[in-house]
Amino acid sequence: MKRKIGLILSAVAMLSVVFTTAQTPRAIAADSGPSCGTDPVTLNAYFETGFDIPFKLSEEFTKQYPNVTWNISQDQFANLINETPRLLAGDNPPDLIRLPTIVSFAKDGLLKNLDDYATAFGWDKWPVPQLNQNRVAEDGTRGSGALYAMGLNYSLTGIFYNKKLAAQIGMTEPPKTLAEFEDLLAKAKAAGLLPIMEWGSAKSGMGLAFPLQALMASVGSTQPINDWIFQKKDATIDTADNLKAAQHLEQWIKSGYFPPDINAIEYTDAAARFGKGEGVFTFNGDWQNAGYDKDLAGNVGFFLMPPAEDGGKPAAMSAPLTYGIAAKAKNADCAAFFLNWVASNPTARQIDVTIGGSNPGGPADAKMPAVTEGSVTNDTLAAGPVVGKAGTSMDFIANATSSIFAQGWTPELQKMVGGKQDAAGLLKAVQAEYLRELAQ
Amino acid sequence: MPAPSTVKPVSTPDNRVVTLPDSSRITPGRVIRRETLVGWLFVLPALLMYSVFVLLPLLLSVLYSFFRWNGVGPATFVGLKNYLTVFQVPDLLGTISNAFWLVVWFSFIPVGIGLVVASVIHRVATGRFGAIARTILFLPQVIPLVAAGIIWGSLLSLQGLVNQALRVFGLGTFARAWLGDFDTALPAVGIIGVWVLLGFCTVLLLTGMTKISAALYESARIDGAGWFREFSSITVPLLRHEIGVCLTVTVIAALAAFDIVYVTTAGGPGNATAVPGIQIYILAFTQRQVGLASALAVMLMIMVVIIIIPIQRLSRVESTQ
Repeated sequence: MKRKIGLILSAVAMLSVVFTTAQTPRAIAADSGPSCGTDPVTLNAYFETGFDIPFKLSEEFTKQYPNVTWNISQDQFANLINETPRLLAGDNPPDLIRLPTIVSFAKDGLLKNLDDYATAFGWDKWPVPQLNQNRVAEDGTRGSGALYAMGLNYSLTGIFYNKKLAAQIGMTEPPKTLAEFEDLLAKAKAAGLLPIMEWGSAKSGMGLAFPLQALMASVGSTQPINDWIFQKKDATIDTADNLKAAQHLEQWIKSGYFPPDINAIEYTDAAARFGKGEGVFTFNGDWQNAGYDKDLAGNVGFFLMPPAEDGGKPAAMSAPLTYGIAAKAKNADCAAFFLNWVASNPTARQIDVTIGGSNPGGPADAKMPAVTEGSVTNDTLAAGPVVGKAGTSMDFIANATSSIFAQGWTPELQKMVGGKQDAAGLLKAVQAEYLRELAQ
Repeated sequence: MPAPSTVKPVSTPDNRVVTLPDSSRITPGRVIRRETLVGWLFVLPALLMYSVFVLLPLLLSVLYSFFRWNGVGPATFVGLKNYLTVFQVPDLLGTISNAFWLVVWFSFIPVGIGLVVASVIHRVATGRFGAIARTILFLPQVIPLVAAGIIWGSLLSLQGLVNQALRVFGLGTFARAWLGDFDTALPAVGIIGVWVLLGFCTVLLLTGMTKISAALYESARIDGAGWFREFSSITVPLLRHEIGVCLTVTVIAALAAFDIVYVTTAGGPGNATAVPGIQIYILAFTQRQVGLASALAVMLMIMVVIIIIPIQRLSRVESTQ
């Protein structure tokens, strides 16, 4: 057994010699900053079960850098939320880990400060919004301060539509204003179609948070929303603009634009039912692109939530697929090198787009990978720069605190569906929950 | 209990009866001490496991409840503050009242129906049919609750089997997403509880019934008693102990409910099915407020004990009479 391992190791060593000599330019480039070196390295990684991207990226990385092998553990997202603090604080801290949240871990000193890597790799010169969501200031607010994590890619949300059903209600191009969109919803209802498919079971968390936040950014500006999510001092969700947005949503519910059983629909059910042709529109993110393409091949389109006024800026929720490095990680340099490679290597970017459907981020001048014709990914990738240029990307209102989704948005929006909560009460209840959680 | 109390008469292996304490007679005392020691040694493995996996976590929970702690970072002593804060947990009273509603579904209904079903099986279905009936009723106990919850979730969905059946019988107007409707979610969860716990109660009560002397029933029949009279005058009074056990187990299942609720509704819609167990989970693992979650858990435990003690006492007093 020992001999076998010895053989494998020497083979790996030989291979790495071959590759490092064959790829001199990269070896030289790596010399100038943090890298994986040439000695055998085993990256200790924790990935999220059910998402192929990190696994495929790690395979490709080993192909290009054969001295790097992986020891990958995986777990469900819900379990990662519980496990992450123990993993980060434990004896075998991960070099790379999928992070559900970052603030408390950063405050507890469990995550590596990535500022030096940002300077070394030039991440700080990338388009600003990419890194902001992973910055944590000393007072624990997000959006500015030291960098504690990076995105493998950057998701984008908006409105997907069933092209056949949309044609049936006379939609020839995406609506330009909120009023036009609401007109389409009314037409769909009148035509006996379900206007919007969405999920709402507490098991998945309430999907109506998506249209609500889209409405907030449509009738108001994104800054106060981001301030609230980033826990800036005195931020409130209970504003006049947000009230208007919540009233629109309440009206949509009362008009029967959502499925009647929405409070019992889980995320996967909603995606499957939309894929089977139930619903003209659905509010969701580009992580679902592959699924929609499969179910409704060539028949699904995407547009950003239109602004209230013609000519206004469209906005969207966008979040990095967040990965960080444990403060005590043994191979932090190599892990940071991997994160940089994901955003800059053409093959890695291609994997990101093909499998994840999301924007791979990276430098502003990086080439966007090719996408299959007819895929909705073309639409979502095209929408990314629109939001980037307008500077209207937002994090999710569901991410403001660790349990604002479970304890605030989900039950209160479910009550709104059940006619037990109105627009003003919804915002007041969620703000009270927000303050309660921050006070603890 | 392991070691016999040293003040009572105790019989030794060679059947001598010795009485303690008696300082003038040293030998028996030594025997007793050795006996006690051996007794403790036998109990030790179980005691060790029980201490490590039950008593220690219990004590730690009580300890955590006095601290503000996120599970990883430094903990700060806050005294009784967590116990005061628990009352600010949204809808705490609502979750407790939901738990009491679940007692009706998880406890009273299964015990009530279980009594009737067990007495019918006992009277009518002896032999193979009785065994089959017992097995079928007990089957839900063997199925993992999470799997059962998921299946029930799809049965009770808008397009599920329950609504399909309603539509077949022309009752389509009653069709709804049972677990997503504010008025029906809690009863729907309750019915799943009945399904799970009915078999347990029935089998336990049936076992109790077989211990009741047949002569009692015979003499009752000679006196002209019918099924109901037998049931109310013989079966129920003599089953008080078993009923007590059933109530204890099912009331705890209701008050500390978590799994069925978590996999079917996760507390929704709104807070219609939220129970203390779900709140503790969210506080501990989503909000990472271990101290606050522990305080709520300790209070839940106290609540369970306060409710269980009278049930226990009632069934014991009656059964010794």
